[in-house]
Amino acid sequence: MTLRERFQETRAKASDGFKGGKLMSSIFRPGSPFRKGYVDSPRNRSYVVMNNVLYHLHPVKVKRHGVRLSYTLCLGGLSFFLFIVLTITGIWLMFYFRPTELAYVDIQNLQTTIAFGSLVRNMHRWGAHLMVLVVFLHMSRVFYHGAYKAPREFNWVIGVILLLLTLLLSFTGYLLPWDQLAIWAVTVGGNMAGYVPVVGAQVKFGLFAGLEATTATLLRFYVLHVLFFPFIIVIFMAVHFWRVRKDGGISGPL
Amino acid sequence: MVDIPEHLLQRSAEARAKALGISIEQAIAEMKGQSDPTVISKEPEVKIIDETPPPAAETPAKPADAPPPPAKTITPLKEEHSTETTEKVAEVKIEEKIPAAETPAPAAETPAPAAETPAPAAPEEVDFAPEVKVTQRLLTVVKAKPIQKPVKEPIDKVNTWPHLMLPEFVALMAMTAFLIFLSAILQAPLLEEANPNVTPNPAKAPWYFLGLQEMLSYWDPQIAGVMIPTVVGLILWMAFPYIDRNPETHPSKRKFAIMFYTFFLAGAGTLTIIGVLFRGPGWNWVYPWIDGIWFDDLLDWIHFE
Repeated sequence: MTLRERFQETRAKASDGFKGGKLMSSIFRPGSPFRKGYVDSPRNRSYVVMNNVLYHLHPVKVKRHGVRLSYTLCLGGLSFFLFIVLTITGIWLMFYFRPTELAYVDIQNLQTTIAFGSLVRNMHRWGAHLMVLVVFLHMSRVFYHGAYKAPREFNWVIGVILLLLTLLLSFTGYLLPWDQLAIWAVTVGGNMAGYVPVVGAQVKFGLFAGLEATTATLLRFYVLHVLFFPFIIVIFMAVHFWRVRKDGGISGPL
Repeated sequence: MVDIPEHLLQRSAEARAKALGISIEQAIAEMKGQSDPTVISKEPEVKIIDETPPPAAETPAKPADAPPPPAKTITPLKEEHSTETTEKVAEVKIEEKIPAAETPAPAAETPAPAAETPAPAAPEEVDFAPEVKVTQRLLTVVKAKPIQKPVKEPIDKVNTWPHLMLPEFVALMAMTAFLIFLSAILQAPLLEEANPNVTPNPAKAPWYFLGLQEMLSYWDPQIAGVMIPTVVGLILWMAFPYIDRNPETHPSKRKFAIMFYTFFLAGAGTLTIIGVLFRGPGWNWVYPWIDGIWFDDLLDWIHFE
């Protein structure tokens, strides 16, 4: 027996002992590749999906045509993934940001003195733009495949709400750096809301927390951005994903 | 006695009447315990009928013993239920039970129930009959068939793991790599601190609203800023599946819908590109390659180090 073989055998034995131990068996449910004796069998393939809280968003089996990359381009999944990336980077940014007169200084510090501050801020901003784009492309893909047709009509409605919420999340985040770009873009957008018939002035006042964009607006947009809209969008996303499953998974082939 | 709901009693009596060939009124009377004689005279017959066929089928010797009487009395009932497997099981069970319960008893060969008239042809079975106390009765036999026939055609499916998870994971990694790469080379814009007293010219909204802002320069804000986004952008958009009732999904069979969406995409895209690139100070037309880009979000795309 060569040294290499002996090493491999020892490693396999240690791995089996660890994977078959009480700890790993208690963490990973049956069928997990991290448990001892995992073999590639149809039963285990089902277990991998069923016995994992994250994976079981998916059904155990999917239609063959839906797996083709050219069918969906993964756009729905990527929208969700970008939302997760934005949540993670956003939480990280919250450690260094105060929605007050100091907001601008905080962003400057973030970019200059905090490790990876600039990178994370960039990821958050470009990720947000990408998410708007990807959600929009996802909607277009669904439209061109006629995937909104019965029984998926209502999921389309939810999808439009999700697009709207994505835009609102992006728009409220736009103000937070508190620079000239932010305040004037939001002023333009807020003025548009002022043209709403009858209640335009009230809507604008509610949006700005005053007559124009001030630090009060900043606080308002901050709370909307980090708490309110994420809360709402998560609820709608849950319904959206659930309906995808209930309406029979991915829409049929063309 | 436990009170049996009237409608159940009625149904059960009908079944009993049909099975025994008596009138419904009589069956009800029997079941209520008002007219015993009919029951006794009839029931042994039924009992015998239940018992005899299995032996006939199981052991070839027995039919030779007493072939004619079972054939006469049994045939109507037997034929009626012959196809029911459940019935057979029930028969077999009864048959099995009886010997166990009865064998000690048959000593009482005396025709205790005096009304035991039609049986004598088959002595063995008649002996059993009086001993059998009928406590339950078969009302009906429901065939073990599914209520609905599945008509769904099987779909070609693959396991999510690994056939979907793997491409998804790759897409996720690719997106992460792309985002980190983008963030590493492109600096997010940060202009001077917000100053409400200094209005930049032009003041532009985020890019996804620039199509709207461009429309605002054509039409009244009531129309371009409110009516179009809410009516077209939201209400019509959400209601789209309810307006488009064409069930076809292939593009060649829904040309109008495809055309509609493509026109929308082209229009929105054109307006947005004009708003982003071709509008300068005073919202006047500029050429980005001559006058430069008047959109701060994009500035670093040109000047990145």
